[in-house]
Amino acid sequence: MAAPTPVSELSFEAAMKELDAIVARLEKGAVELDESIALYERGSKLKARCDALLKDAEARIERIRLGADGNPTGTAPLDKE
Amino acid sequence: MTDASDGATNLAPLSVSDLAGALKRTIEDRFGYVRVRGEISGFRGPHSSGHCYFSLKDQNARIDAVIWKPVYARMKVRPEEGVEVIATRRITTFPGKSAYQIIIDQIELAGLGALMALLEKRRQALAAEGLFDAARKRPLPFLPAVVGVVTSPTGAVIRDILHRLADRFPRRVLVWPVRVQGEGSAQEVAAAIAGFNALGAAGGPPRPDVLIVARGGGSLEDLWGFNEEIVVRAAAESAIPLISAVGHETDTTLIDLAADIRAPTPTAAAELAVPVRLDLLRQIGELGARGVGALIRLAAQRRRERDAAARLFDSRADILAPRRQALDGALDRWELAASRDGMRRRDRLGTAVALLETHRPVEELRRRREALASLGRRLEARAPEAARLRERLAGYGERLRAGFVSATRLSRQRRAQDLARAGERLAAALRGLGETRRARLAAAGQMLDSLSYERVLARGYAVVWEGRRPLRRAGDVRPGAAVTLQFADGRVAATAGDRQGGAGEEASRPLAGPPPRAASPRRPRKPEPGPAGQGDLF
Repeated sequence: MAAPTPVSELSFEAAMKELDAIVARLEKGAVELDESIALYERGSKLKARCDALLKDAEARIERIRLGADGNPTGTAPLDKE
Repeated sequence: MTDASDGATNLAPLSVSDLAGALKRTIEDRFGYVRVRGEISGFRGPHSSGHCYFSLKDQNARIDAVIWKPVYARMKVRPEEGVEVIATRRITTFPGKSAYQIIIDQIELAGLGALMALLEKRRQALAAEGLFDAARKRPLPFLPAVVGVVTSPTGAVIRDILHRLADRFPRRVLVWPVRVQGEGSAQEVAAAIAGFNALGAAGGPPRPDVLIVARGGGSLEDLWGFNEEIVVRAAAESAIPLISAVGHETDTTLIDLAADIRAPTPTAAAELAVPVRLDLLRQIGELGARGVGALIRLAAQRRRERDAAARLFDSRADILAPRRQALDGALDRWELAASRDGMRRRDRLGTAVALLETHRPVEELRRRREALASLGRRLEARAPEAARLRERLAGYGERLRAGFVSATRLSRQRRAQDLARAGERLAAALRGLGETRRARLAAAGQMLDSLSYERVLARGYAVVWEGRRPLRRAGDVRPGAAVTLQFADGRVAATAGDRQGGAGEEASRPLAGPPPRAASPRRPRKPEPGPAGQGDLF
């Protein structure tokens, strides 16, 4: 993995995919010790990234407000019945 | 009424206009509001005036039809060639042309078959443009941050979507409210799709990562807005991946074909839009645990390898231990020696320093300079005495030289005489020595002569040789051995016979019967060098 993307820029999907690959490599056990530590560190960052993205799970329901011309002017809470 | 002279002849005749006017009133009163079903024929789109002129027909009849411009502009279903419709409004006549026509206010599609035919026709046209191509489909984002929903803000559909989103993965949801049925609904839906795509300006609502266009179930006519070309084009052009969920699973609208993916229901659309958060949490948790486990196993494995290596190393270390001990001992000794050497040097340095302090060089120099000066002064004081001494010394010298010259001359004469005398004595001594020796040498020579065996031979004796060995006794002679008899004047070969008698006659008696060969004179031979190097004397 040449020049790994900073973890904070990864999408959930990309982070999870890389984490999966790292775990698979670690489980194979065919890595040098220092590399395995580097892999593990990267893996923990990826996991933290995934966890953070999963933690951000707040529902926020808004309704687009439309002006007289039919263009959006902003949002308003959607009054659910 | 067969004859003009009959009773009806008193009926007053109508003018053409009267009749036409009467017909017009009658028809328009009677058919002021009709619904007529027929196939649209001869439709070429609106005339340049904006009005539309065409016909409605069936198998046997045809009636002209008109849609006035303002009516056409607000029509929900517009006329299309060949479509069977139910047209509504009134019949009007043109008295000047003996003609009648239907003025249409509204058109409805006539029955499912007609709708399906129209749908199929439209589908083919849009497909030919490539709007439904698989290559246009974009993948949905795995985890959208914002979900845009185009639907009615009230009703079951939005509720279902929001519930399912909340169940799976609560997200920010933007709802773009639209009418999903009736006139203008298609325009609103198309505007909403384009509007969501245009979002994202700073400060405004965020641009969604995925769109859901949804409507609940209904009749084909109810869903018709989602078959409209404007909606289909908006969906196909959306840069945001779009999920369509219109009607029930069995209903297919054209927006479904243009969407990136079609969901059978609004609920299913929500499921396509977001993953299940708890599943992901579990998956991530599992991955994390697997990672930790793998690392621990890896570390344990490395530790085992290291231990094994360490054991191997230790066994080597046992071999090395004596040497290391020896090395340590050497190092200790070296350090001790070094420290002793250091102490010794320090001592010597201390001594040197002390010595140096007692011998302050400057002080010493000053002292010596003073001593030198005082010596100089004393020397100066002695100068006259020195001059006198020098004179006396010169006088001594003169006398000494004179004495030496005479002494030398005297001793030279004496030595020459001594030498001459010694020479004479030496010559006399040498002479005397030579005579004495010559006399002794002659005597020794005579003595030697008298002792020589050849002298004995000269007196008539012979020597018996076997090879180079002289035979001294009869016992030495082997019978039959070849021997040589040496006389004073030469040698004779002989063969020894058997031993005879006593010892006395053997040596003196000549050997009898020499063989003829031996008797033949032989060239006198120089006596072979005898044993014990006797010949060397001559």
